[in-house]
Amino acid sequence: MPMKVGNQPFFKGVDEAIHDSFMVNAVSSAQDGLRGRKLSATVGDDALGDWEEWRSAGEEIRAHTLNNLDYYLKQLSDNFSNRGGHVFFAETAEEAREYIKKVCKEKNAKHVVKAKSMVTEEISLNEALEEEGCEVLETDLAEFILQVDHDQPSHIVVPSVHKNRQQIRDAFKKLGYEGSDDPKELAGFARKTLRSKFLNADVGITGCNFAVADTGSICLVTNEGNANMVTSFPETQITVMGMERLVPTWKELDVVVSLLCRSSVGQRLTTYVTDITPEANQEAVDSPKDYHLVIVDAGRSNALGTDFQSALHCIRCAACINVCPVYRHIGGHAYGSIYPGPIGAVLSPILGGYDAYGKLPYASSLCAACSEACPVKIPLHKLLIRHRQKYVEGGGHPPIMEKAAMKGFGIGASSSPIFKAGVKMAPIMLKPLVHDGSIPKGPGPMKPWTHGRDLPEPSRENFRAWFKKHRDQPMTSHDKGTGESL
Amino acid sequence: MNGTIENRDSFLKRIADKLNRVPGEAPEKPEWSHSPQEHVYEDYSEDQLVEMMKNACEPIHTKAFETTSAKLAEQLDMLITEYGAGKIVATKDARFNEFGLKDVLEKYQVYTWDYSEGHKNIDKAAEAAIGLSICDVMLAESATAGLFNDKDKARSVSLLPEISIVIVPKSRIVPRLTQAMQLVENKVKNGEKLSSYINFISGPSNSADIEMRLVVGVHGPIKVAYLIVSDL
Repeated sequence: MPMKVGNQPFFKGVDEAIHDSFMVNAVSSAQDGLRGRKLSATVGDDALGDWEEWRSAGEEIRAHTLNNLDYYLKQLSDNFSNRGGHVFFAETAEEAREYIKKVCKEKNAKHVVKAKSMVTEEISLNEALEEEGCEVLETDLAEFILQVDHDQPSHIVVPSVHKNRQQIRDAFKKLGYEGSDDPKELAGFARKTLRSKFLNADVGITGCNFAVADTGSICLVTNEGNANMVTSFPETQITVMGMERLVPTWKELDVVVSLLCRSSVGQRLTTYVTDITPEANQEAVDSPKDYHLVIVDAGRSNALGTDFQSALHCIRCAACINVCPVYRHIGGHAYGSIYPGPIGAVLSPILGGYDAYGKLPYASSLCAACSEACPVKIPLHKLLIRHRQKYVEGGGHPPIMEKAAMKGFGIGASSSPIFKAGVKMAPIMLKPLVHDGSIPKGPGPMKPWTHGRDLPEPSRENFRAWFKKHRDQPMTSHDKGTGESL
Repeated sequence: MNGTIENRDSFLKRIADKLNRVPGEAPEKPEWSHSPQEHVYEDYSEDQLVEMMKNACEPIHTKAFETTSAKLAEQLDMLITEYGAGKIVATKDARFNEFGLKDVLEKYQVYTWDYSEGHKNIDKAAEAAIGLSICDVMLAESATAGLFNDKDKARSVSLLPEISIVIVPKSRIVPRLTQAMQLVENKVKNGEKLSSYINFISGPSNSADIEMRLVVGVHGPIKVAYLIVSDL
């Protein structure tokens, strides 16, 4: 599955999404639940001390690591390789896919099991391996559901949040499920179905929550136990990591894991925090014998050394998604990217360019709830504004009509006679559209604006004329006001 | 033998250029100006830690029992019976004998992990109802059992059976992840070989992926119990 979700233009996707009432309800109640849990595990947990201190610690660690990224990647790869693991640096998604395909081919792998990994979605790994004749099974419950139902993720922590239990039951029927839509029974079916797959797979593929540079270790943060299965029974383990997902030492790992567990799902720690350091050809029976680490750039370096570098500090907790009022109303799919919400709107244009994702930074009210929620203090709303600036400055390709309109406005507003004429003309031109003192349905560029609210009828008297008339009159008590309304 | 590293030089050079750095040059590691994790629970007594750990068990659907070394065998026996006995598998850990559990293990014909037997071990763990492990470190804050898994202390024992019983020597209880990470760092500093699988497990596996409803017991254990031994 590539980074792109669906094929329709952004606003069309939005229109469809806001009318999907199950999805909108599911998303808003998931947001409320996750946000509440996060709050009680962070600012609400007195034992932790000042949560702002934790956020500052996270920010400091991430900024230092990213500022010296080449050094820590070198250290990580040296230490991973010293323990017998193989490291491949992939500049592009294609390089990553080709390497993983090559490893699977060499192993004559037919059965691949995967733990949840956004970066493998991003590089379309499943399709590439399936083309080679491998059976690729997603084993995270949500990803398993989406795979069975040929659907796409709509949240980075709870990818199937848009689906209800009846839809899930119907999807499982394709695999011979005959039970009810009780979540426990559905999960039990997944356990039964996947158990033998885990034990008989040739290759296990995981993402990477964090790598630790000074020991060459990979940390996985999960709840279901599937990642532990994936990293125990197949002979070959392949870990795919976004190049920014590392910390210098275990000391920093402590902080970022704590931030992640508490901010994503409000747990003190998730059920499994598993740290894997390669040990090639070891005698353990329930351990891989061959380890591969694929470090992926795929557009991330576009942010390095730019205003957007802090976007790479992200630890993928989705706290920003869980507070976003826009995500609440349009859900994940409308963004057209596997990375939705505020971080998706910042990250997707960096990874995939303005042509494909230039509209996403506009999917924000700039209320800054995202920046406030971020456990590593990424100034998300400021980055969204910066994207918009770059987009209209030519980084993107704004529509020709929009460009022409802006240019026309520029000329009109800088010429006093044209501006005056325009102000006089407006009430006359708009008169046919006025009903009861307002314009409920505007034409052309006014249409999206009036879609959600009425435009007031332009006053016949403009401000300059009004000011001239009132300038010399003494102020009344009404004009002075009482101050209370402030 | 070292593994291979491919495409590294060009990759790192590109990154270093963007960051205005000499590729691979070691930075000065800062003294972090924010380290809140080091001060959390710093004045907690051992008993307060046990209390915190027990309280942390409830939200993660885990049972905790306290006992002494003299009564450990009896308590374990009771717990196994309560869980319906059946097939049992245990890690190969000298502490089972040290803690006087040899007889209980024999009574229930517990299969002790033996890597020389190969795949048979996995079959045994997969068909077992109960897995027995002893934790290496216990994080009180989150009631998390830290297991430094290896060829003997096998990860399958706490993963495949539906019930996982973990013995917790009280002396192994630390406040939180911070102290466990220090333990790992000290091992690295002392030149000890790092266990290839360090597993921090907080209760039974679970998922809220279906309509955000919590389901306890997905791929790993469905029930977890801790046996805290107060004088070990």
